[in-house]
Amino acid sequence: MSSRYHRMRLISATAVALAGGMFTAGSAAADSVIRWMHVEQVPGNIAVWNQIARDFEAKRPGVKVELQFLENQAFKAKLPTLLQSNDAPSIFYSWGGGVLKAQSETGTLRPINAAIDANGGEWRKSINASAVDGLTFDGKVWASPARTGLVSFYYNKELFKKAGVDASKIATWDDFLGAVKTLKQAGVTPIAGGGRDKWPLHFYWSYLSMREAGQKGFADAKAGKNDGFAGKPFVKAGERLAELGKLEPFQNGYLGATWNDALATFGDGRAALILSFENTPSTQASNSTSRKGLADDNIGRFPFPVVSGGAGLTTDSFGGLNGWAVTKNAPPETEEFLRYMASIDVQKVLARDTQIMPVAKGASEAISKPLLKEVAEALAKETWHQNFLDQDLGPNVGAIVNDISVEVVSGSMKPADAAQQIEDAYSLERK
Amino acid sequence: MSAKAVSSGNTLAVSRRSKRSLANSKWPVLILFLPPALLLFTVLVILPMGEAAWYSFYNWNGYGSPTQWVGWRNYQLIFRNSAFTQALINNGLIVLASLCVQVPLALWLATMISSRIKGALFFRLIFFLPYVLADVAAGMIWRFVYDGDFGLVAGISQFIGVEPPFWLADRDLAMYAILGVVVWKYFGFHMMLFIAGLQAIDKSVLEAADIDGATGFQKFRLVTLPLLGSTVRLSVFFAVVGSLQLFDMIMPLTGGGPSNSTQTMVTFLYNFGVTRMQVGFGSAVGVVLFVICVTLAFSYKRVFMRND
Repeated sequence: MSSRYHRMRLISATAVALAGGMFTAGSAAADSVIRWMHVEQVPGNIAVWNQIARDFEAKRPGVKVELQFLENQAFKAKLPTLLQSNDAPSIFYSWGGGVLKAQSETGTLRPINAAIDANGGEWRKSINASAVDGLTFDGKVWASPARTGLVSFYYNKELFKKAGVDASKIATWDDFLGAVKTLKQAGVTPIAGGGRDKWPLHFYWSYLSMREAGQKGFADAKAGKNDGFAGKPFVKAGERLAELGKLEPFQNGYLGATWNDALATFGDGRAALILSFENTPSTQASNSTSRKGLADDNIGRFPFPVVSGGAGLTTDSFGGLNGWAVTKNAPPETEEFLRYMASIDVQKVLARDTQIMPVAKGASEAISKPLLKEVAEALAKETWHQNFLDQDLGPNVGAIVNDISVEVVSGSMKPADAAQQIEDAYSLERK
Repeated sequence: MSAKAVSSGNTLAVSRRSKRSLANSKWPVLILFLPPALLLFTVLVILPMGEAAWYSFYNWNGYGSPTQWVGWRNYQLIFRNSAFTQALINNGLIVLASLCVQVPLALWLATMISSRIKGALFFRLIFFLPYVLADVAAGMIWRFVYDGDFGLVAGISQFIGVEPPFWLADRDLAMYAILGVVVWKYFGFHMMLFIAGLQAIDKSVLEAADIDGATGFQKFRLVTLPLLGSTVRLSVFFAVVGSLQLFDMIMPLTGGGPSNSTQTMVTFLYNFGVTRMQVGFGSAVGVVLFVICVTLAFSYKRVFMRND
């Protein structure tokens, strides 16, 4: 009996020793591994990201960057589970807003304040302030700004000319409604809309409420002041949206049309306007029936108009804001890598080769296409950057904003009820 | 007479003996065969169900562990939600369409092509084809058919010179457009059930009716239909259960829109629970759906399929 016991001990001791040996050997060979999870499907862009990782590895021996690219839905489905497991990536792509905030509250993330404010805030100062602000909650920076974006009106110059509309004269919402009427009278479908996906129409409600409430009014509503989202500016925004809807400005069947259908409608020249992302010149082409779409010089851009009596400015911008979130157990070199990615040289490469809107100051000069350059210039002058509401207000309230935008513009919900619905849902998130 | 009695006595003895040996040998078999099944069932069915019931009392977005207990609020929200009411109505509509259109159509076609007439096999194949398609694929195909810009409907309306309709974009018509697809997709399946049922009917009964001078319709109403009863009840059962599960065809067609006019209970669960990361609320919807399914299935089996 005792000999067997002895033998058992010997075996387990050997096993422990072996495992220990393997562990030290393993860690010596692998050094630090930064595991990076990204949403990217465009092969050309994947090559750029890979190159950035290899360049960093070359600069920083002993650090390995492993990339994983996932499709959008798969990424979003996988992340919540991954974050709670030991298998969490070191950094992952984030859309900011309420989702990032929810993630930060679970204690699975690591704020990057120490790194971004090191050396007298050298990193922080190199980035557009509105981008850093957008990823900060409770004074902590939860993600390193990666890219930004701007939603604005894109129009078909030829169709505008045919109807006799001058885009440069559209400054207020009333001007815009006038232009829609003129286009209709000329037999041109004014706007391409994607009602099935809902969020393309939430751009209108969001912009209108930003223009009505202004930055302060919006922040107050979030804090629950002045009746929150049921307050006057938000009801007014709905009323203006309903006003637009009454003109029947969208293509036939827009309630069943996806975003891609809407881009095709614009790209085919079947509608004169689209309220869309900064990458519209390329996406309208790839979604059009001919795959060529409108020529770049046939597309013009103007910012979302202001409303009379509203507190919002024309330079208040609405658009995406993305960053890299760091998880709790990421290796210490992770912040160094993020600093590298946010550096002006890398941001220039990204702006040039993946056509994103960079966040590093001065990086936008690498953009060559005129329409994109125009967007970059507008972003550089922005007075407020509001992230997409379905991100900012969290997935649940965001989905309600999407829902009510469609309902209000199609005339099946009263603006006051819509505003109340958002307030009811958001009141639960304030806690 | 006596031989019969002897033989029945023998079987009795045999069955008694086998019963005793079964009682003796029951445990090893149970111990060997039950645990894997029980374990799988517990881990994959009972446990998730219990978890869903537990989560349904929380306001939880899936991150961390649920902490915010809200009692029955999720259930109250469900029944106050107009989209859920619409989903219930739509599920009812699907059942109704199955009962009033699909099953009669399938039965009619089955009676026509169950006999060995020329071309019957070909038509069986043709009618069964839609059922073979994946639901998602069928949904996507019909999305193109219904498309008012480039679809079949657009082509036809251009041919007759009218403005193309956008059925899937119309709140009042979208659900009927979907019902059309549901009937198209599943009538073949019910038809096959009926064909199998018809072939099981004894030909001599029909011959006897012929000799008695019954007309075709009388034969169908008084002989075929009663004998087909169990198949009809089974077919209706499948239609009801299928309607409660309808999801993957709706998603590519309308995604539940416009204005939630085409939600079913499962698309409601997905749109309001999963995509909005309302795990607590979604679980509550799941529980409601589960209760409805179980109640329907058991009461239907109890009431209508008692003798089948």
